[in-house]
Amino acid sequence: MLRSGVIARKVGMTRLFMEDGRQVPVTVLQLDNLQVVAQRTNEKDGYTAVQLGAGAAKAKRTSKAMRGHFAAAKVEPKRKVAEFRVSPENLIEVGEEIVANHYYDGQYVDVSGTSIGKGFAGAMKRHNFGGLRATHGVSISHRSHGSVGQCQDPGRIFKGKKMAGHMGAARVTTQNLQVVKTDTDRGLIMVKGAVPGAKGGWVTIKDAVKKPAGEGVVYPAALRSAMTEATAAEAPADAAEGGENNEG
Amino acid sequence: MDLIAQIEAEQIASLGKEIPDFKAGDTIRVGFKVTEGSRTRVQNYEGVCISRKNGQGIAGSFTVRKISFGEGVERVFPLYSTNIDSITVVRRGRVRRSKLYYLRSRRGKSARIAEQSNYKPLGGAEA
Repeated sequence: MLRSGVIARKVGMTRLFMEDGRQVPVTVLQLDNLQVVAQRTNEKDGYTAVQLGAGAAKAKRTSKAMRGHFAAAKVEPKRKVAEFRVSPENLIEVGEEIVANHYYDGQYVDVSGTSIGKGFAGAMKRHNFGGLRATHGVSISHRSHGSVGQCQDPGRIFKGKKMAGHMGAARVTTQNLQVVKTDTDRGLIMVKGAVPGAKGGWVTIKDAVKKPAGEGVVYPAALRSAMTEATAAEAPADAAEGGENNEG
Repeated sequence: MDLIAQIEAEQIASLGKEIPDFKAGDTIRVGFKVTEGSRTRVQNYEGVCISRKNGQGIAGSFTVRKISFGEGVERVFPLYSTNIDSITVVRRGRVRRSKLYYLRSRRGKSARIAEQSNYKPLGGAEA
């Protein structure tokens, strides 16, 4: 039962004090106008997925092709677009908005983002090499990687040898982060621990692949339309079924 | 105010802690909640505050040093920890440093701190 993930912006980190005295370091992620922009279906594309868009882009800064794409979906131009594979029954209508209680408190998620670029980094920083000795005749090359191979046989350096080079600015996924708190009004999701990327960067959140789906998972997604429907139905009836808001 | 500052301000408000005005050099008593099995009790820890870090924010913390059975003991408390029951100022000290790490190498007479006689509460805060 693969369901859609979300696109979020990394706001920053803070800490939460719990009632039992624990303090939890959290990364605050924000959903910003997260809407379905397109659907991929088996008939048309050979696989099923939803394309989501987040943020707000100026129309004049959006390419004509993308303007047409957003116009077809009848949504405002989006800053960031990403696709999520879903099972056919979990497809979401184009134009629907996903809200923060898509994840329940305590759920495990995987967060992917572009890590902070480190530039050209040496082997010690990039691959946790030990470097050379501080004394005993070592000169100038205290942070070098040392020998990179053998002798005349094989007479070459093996492919994939860990050496100095460009580090960071790559797509990184942190698995099994726990959702501590969500705030639907402001679209905030707080996950325990650090998340790849800089503040203000875009990340994608998905249900953890290495943990079983809990009972609180909403299929196909927590939608704004379903939420307003539930509150509208609740208001005249004045029902006490507050927990049923997010179903569907 | 950026979103993080807003979230932190909301959390400080919701925790509803009353933090007295104190700084390094003051002798303070911290009521710390200790859980033993199923019941919790409040344990008092009294000593000299030798440092305050990260200001009044949610990440703020302070260090309290005391001499316990002839051995110097230091404990770091988060300012807004839910484990802290109360913080009371016992004595106001007059010091010229914000971090009193020099007390670690001193004992007895030289580790004394003069009392501040003309303490004025900050902007309407209680003493």
